[in-house]
Amino acid sequence: MTAISFQNVSKTYRSSGREVRALGGVSFDIEAGEFFGLLGPNGAGKTTLISILAGLSSASGGRVSVHGHDVVADYAAARRSLGIVPQELVFDPFFSVRESLVIQSGYFGIRKNDQWIDELLHHLGLADKAHANMRQLSGGMKRRVLVAQALVHRPPVIVLDEPTAGVDVELRQTLWHFVARLNKEGHTVLLTTHYLEEAEALCGRIAMLKQGRVVALDRTSALLAGTASTMMRFKLDTPLPPSLAAQARVTGRIVQVTAHDPAEVEHVLATLRAAGCRPEDLEIGRADLEDVFLEIMRGDARAEEGAAP
Amino acid sequence: MTGRTGLLAGTRTLLYKEVLRFWKVGFQTVAAPVLTAVLYLLIFGHALEDHVKVYGTVGYTSFLIPGLVMMSVLQNAFANSSSSLIQSKISGNLVFLLLSPLSHWAWFLAYVGASVVRGTVVGAGVLLVTMWFAPLSLAQPAWVVFFVLAGAAMVGALGLLAGLWAEKFDQIAAFQNFIIMPMTFLSGVFYSVGTLPRFWHGVSHLNPFFYVIDGFRHGFFGVSDVSPWTSLAVVSGSLLAVWALCLHLLRIGYKIRH
Repeated sequence: MTAISFQNVSKTYRSSGREVRALGGVSFDIEAGEFFGLLGPNGAGKTTLISILAGLSSASGGRVSVHGHDVVADYAAARRSLGIVPQELVFDPFFSVRESLVIQSGYFGIRKNDQWIDELLHHLGLADKAHANMRQLSGGMKRRVLVAQALVHRPPVIVLDEPTAGVDVELRQTLWHFVARLNKEGHTVLLTTHYLEEAEALCGRIAMLKQGRVVALDRTSALLAGTASTMMRFKLDTPLPPSLAAQARVTGRIVQVTAHDPAEVEHVLATLRAAGCRPEDLEIGRADLEDVFLEIMRGDARAEEGAAP
Repeated sequence: MTGRTGLLAGTRTLLYKEVLRFWKVGFQTVAAPVLTAVLYLLIFGHALEDHVKVYGTVGYTSFLIPGLVMMSVLQNAFANSSSSLIQSKISGNLVFLLLSPLSHWAWFLAYVGASVVRGTVVGAGVLLVTMWFAPLSLAQPAWVVFFVLAGAAMVGALGLLAGLWAEKFDQIAAFQNFIIMPMTFLSGVFYSVGTLPRFWHGVSHLNPFFYVIDGFRHGFFGVSDVSPWTSLAVVSGSLLAVWALCLHLLRIGYKIRH
């Protein structure tokens, strides 16, 4: 059964007198019970796609449905199936945590929801804050309330739009433990995140967006296996030889270079030696999702440059 | 749960939340406007009581009381929906409503309903405090009830329109100070428009708030500048026009969905 279906979704808008294309024909399905990751650099269109799914924005073209319910024509049923944790840390300063959750339940037509609210408060570590005003909570606690608000109506599909941006390690652990449990219980989870290690650890399948287009869509394991399988990491105090600079990722002193086979590892080391470079703390390991992500983004940029007239 | 049950429960929840919101800051939203109205009564009543008689027999303070009550109803009904919506827009918590399955009808009924509740509570407060300052009859109470509800519902919807349109608090303040406040003050709260020069008398008759206040006063004194039936027709027409525009903008998600 398809939980979320994006069919040829496009979005254009006018900004400063010119037409901007935020999404250009995005199509993919997420099956019920999946833990799905939506990745992409800033401005790739991830939040625009989530906004269209949530009904916060309307698509310029295409169709989005949740459990078969069109998000425009049958918005009430679609929204009852969706629990969305927004990216921004927003709250209503007039109410306590429990009041916020009771009110949110009521919007979905649920009146006696105390038992589930208590459960949510317990699992998200908010039980002792139930009667605190939202203004009194720390950023991390407010984030937990946002998660609880998204789940008050027990939606089968949960969407988390960068839920761990700027939150502490403890909350990240609590949150992922809880969301992973919900996924095991059968909930579909759609996650957008900048933390690629999170996506690698949690998501069974991943779509990568760039400039409003899907540039990769596969199982996480297939994405990891299908690209550069080896990553060389070392520290360097001198400039990289120009022939390596194009394929390396440099963060301060740390250099990462992809190598597809042992011969390529040899070649990199020989090039460094020939240039008089002395790499320190050399490690050779498997590529992670971040490497895959960067390689796909770079490959896509090269393809675009090649296609340019 | 049927769709209809869900809609009713959802609307009721949003209405409850909007009422709770102003009730939690009742000192600012209820007590303060009552005090302001009493100050108007004390100052204008003291200055003009011995100099002005309205409709031939009605003392000025008695005449002033229904006007102040309705002015408070209108201003607070507007403030409730407009301030709630703009605060939610600017702080971003409107997203909780936008993500809900509530229809535009639910939004409309709840926001306007809460405005009517606040307008009525403040109006009742002003009446309870001011009625001891001058003799006041209640000649035709049905008109009093109709014009309170219709006036608050019309201005509550106007507040909703302002809240939808505005993108910052400044714009709400401009709407309130340059449109609602002059329309209220120039609608005969402090005087009978029958005493105005011909031109301003005509201008007053273009102001829907004049009919709300005139019809409301008719309920107290049994006399008014125009027939209460005329006021009923004008107020009902204005009400429906504002409601229709409001519902349309909510349905298309004007400035709230992109």
